[in-house]
Amino acid sequence: MPRKLLSFLLMICAAGLALQARAGDSILPYIPEAQARFSATQGCMRPTEDMRKNHMKYLLHKRDLTMHEGIRTTLFSLKQCIDCHVSSAPDAPRFPSEKHFCNSCHTYAAVDIDCFECHADRPLKDAQGNFVISGNETQPATAAANAAREDTGDMRALATEDDAHE
Amino acid sequence: MKAIDFKEIDGGLPFYLLVGAIGVFILAGLGAAYYMEHNGHWVTGMNNQIVWGTPHVFAVFLIVAASGALNVASIGSVFGKAMYKPLARLSGLLAITLLVGGLAVLVLDLGHPDRLIVAMTYYNFKSIFAWNIMLYTGFMGIVAVYLWMMMERKMNPYTKIAGFGAFIWRLVLTTGTGSIFGFIVARQAYDAAIMAPMFVIMSFSFGLAIFILVLMGLYSWSGRPLGDAILIRLKNLLGVFIAAVFYFVVVYHLTNLYGTENHGVERFLLLDGGVYTELFWIVQIGLGSVLPLILLYGPAGKSRLWIGISCLLVIIGGLAQMYVIIIGGQAYPMEMFPGKEVIESSFYDGMVGYYSPSLPEFVLGIGGVALALAATVVGTRVLRFLPVSLADDMIEPYQSGADA
Amino acid sequence: MSEDTGIDVYRRRFLGNTAKAAAGLAVVTPAVFLHEVGQARPADQPVTSQVRWGMLIDSGKCADGCDDCVTACKTENGWTGHNRPLSDPQWIRKVKLRDKETGYTQTLPMLCQHCEYPPCVDVCPTGASFKRADGIVLVDKHICIGCRYCMMACPYKARSFVHEDIHDQKPYAPRGKGTVESCTFCVQRVDSNRTPACVEACTAHNHGAMVFGDMNDPDSEISRQLEQYSSRQIRGDLQLNTGVRYRGI
Repeated sequence: MPRKLLSFLLMICAAGLALQARAGDSILPYIPEAQARFSATQGCMRPTEDMRKNHMKYLLHKRDLTMHEGIRTTLFSLKQCIDCHVSSAPDAPRFPSEKHFCNSCHTYAAVDIDCFECHADRPLKDAQGNFVISGNETQPATAAANAAREDTGDMRALATEDDAHE
Repeated sequence: MKAIDFKEIDGGLPFYLLVGAIGVFILAGLGAAYYMEHNGHWVTGMNNQIVWGTPHVFAVFLIVAASGALNVASIGSVFGKAMYKPLARLSGLLAITLLVGGLAVLVLDLGHPDRLIVAMTYYNFKSIFAWNIMLYTGFMGIVAVYLWMMMERKMNPYTKIAGFGAFIWRLVLTTGTGSIFGFIVARQAYDAAIMAPMFVIMSFSFGLAIFILVLMGLYSWSGRPLGDAILIRLKNLLGVFIAAVFYFVVVYHLTNLYGTENHGVERFLLLDGGVYTELFWIVQIGLGSVLPLILLYGPAGKSRLWIGISCLLVIIGGLAQMYVIIIGGQAYPMEMFPGKEVIESSFYDGMVGYYSPSLPEFVLGIGGVALALAATVVGTRVLRFLPVSLADDMIEPYQSGADA
Repeated sequence: MSEDTGIDVYRRRFLGNTAKAAAGLAVVTPAVFLHEVGQARPADQPVTSQVRWGMLIDSGKCADGCDDCVTACKTENGWTGHNRPLSDPQWIRKVKLRDKETGYTQTLPMLCQHCEYPPCVDVCPTGASFKRADGIVLVDKHICIGCRYCMMACPYKARSFVHEDIHDQKPYAPRGKGTVESCTFCVQRVDSNRTPACVEACTAHNHGAMVFGDMNDPDSEISRQLEQYSSRQIRGDLQLNTGVRYRGI
């Protein structure tokens, strides 16, 4: 009796898993492609594996610098992440959807984030495609991208600090 | 001299039904909290003018009463009055459960109740609120230790020192609670040093009223004998505390009335504040102070029914007092431009703040009360808090002011 | 006499052309710094207490019925109402006053005063309400638990609680449900050496009622005006040393 019950339960689980898989699906999350690359050789400000592992640490550290010291450079800035990784098209997925860049991994890992209760979940662009950096001021997308690439000021400082922690 | 015997109350179906009935209110309170948190506070009556509403009235009342409920145990352990010693365990239990109920309401009303961990790890030590967080949690720990000293025979010699520690801690705690309002310079109804000791005295009164009601209720429920001797002693003490609260209220208002700058807020609270004036005179003073004093010290004071009614009146008067302090104090506009009146403002400057209690707030507050009651009932079922008998013949050897 | 007239005419023309050029620059290019910040801080350096940001508001120049500053703040920071005035946020508001004895009326904008000794900072249990080194008082919404004690404590009713879900926030001005917010002196602008939106709007529409700048810099416009004209703080008896001062009240 117990063995029959066990095999019956296993069958239900297998059927469930099979039903979950849809055409073209893998078991890993679908991560949307970013809008821009950091450089030819590197996708993001730090190598992908480093970002996957440490992005929360970088974000938390940078948020304190921004909040309390007024440092608004692009390195590890949440706004900059969104500017690169999320599309501002009107039909692009918004945060609650698991196709939003941050949520794609976070729903997979079942880690709730509440950043977007306050933060905008997609970049703000005007009709010409420039980033809006204040109520009436814009910055062309290329200028923003160049600023991100040339941002070496605190990158060095943060880099040495991280090395010290390791 | 018979030793006082403690025993858990009976379980069985009546017990589960009672806890279930109270539990319905707890569930309703949780539902109200979810509704408020999910939709945002716009569904409540609280707004940018009246930021603390009915939940805070209940929460602060429960927290103040919690500290006062420990009074009975303190009188036994710290002041050595033998007759209060059998009541000490229930007093400690009630202190913890009332505090838990009040804190639950306070936390669930926060804009971000999910950030409770943040509140317990990030501290700004200039804020009396931060100190209160530590005072409240510490109080629960200290009372737990105090109860352990009382309930573990080996530890009985240390009861007195634990009781002393708990007594000092709760005076600091209630001072801290009163200072939440006393430290606010912005509003005329607050910003007074008297708020702290007034809250201490209020805690004595509300805590004892609740204690007497719970005592009578539990003994009636469990069918155990509760003699008149102990009730008479407690009700006389309650009368003293009611009179003391009345004294502090008089001093608070007289002081405010003396300074011309405070005439506005006093006129508002005492004369033309509408619901706040009615609550102050009719409920807080009339029903909550004068009537109970007459009932308790008059011929009706020998009747259990009237003692119970008096306690209930004190509680209702206490809630009204909290409402007038917390909400009335916020409703009166801040004096930003002395000598000028505000004739236009999109943010209600210079105008009396509008507040109307909403159902979710009220249900959340009641949920906190229910949580405290349920925890008390469950506590007396699980551990030996309640003496088997408090009949006069059990109490008599402890009477006549005999110090232990 | 005619020589004097000649010199006067030359000077008048020179002054007039310079003024026109300056006005043209000030009006035409939105990105021009209308109030020069003493020494612009590099973007990757922390703020210091060498700078103290302040604002001077001239109630005499503030027009009844004008709310350019309020509209500009709304556009910049993205706070709008939900037709629920009791619980809608208000970072800056116009207040119209009348003297009870004399009947004299005036208007002025009311906003966070960015006190040097802010009561809201004192009472915040988590330290979310804090004062930056350069004097700007902010709410760190990451650690704000939404207890609203700062709202009780603020003598100017400057703070608002966010009573509902927010969507489509401005990326440079995050705000969300369950936290408390107030005027930030447009910190995202100040940090890139620009002026708050309200001041910019008031100046751009030629009302000139608001001046913003570094009160620690004796050469800044605001310092010069503070030294020249009588000004006072609202509720100055509380000794909070506010960053916002008023003329004409």
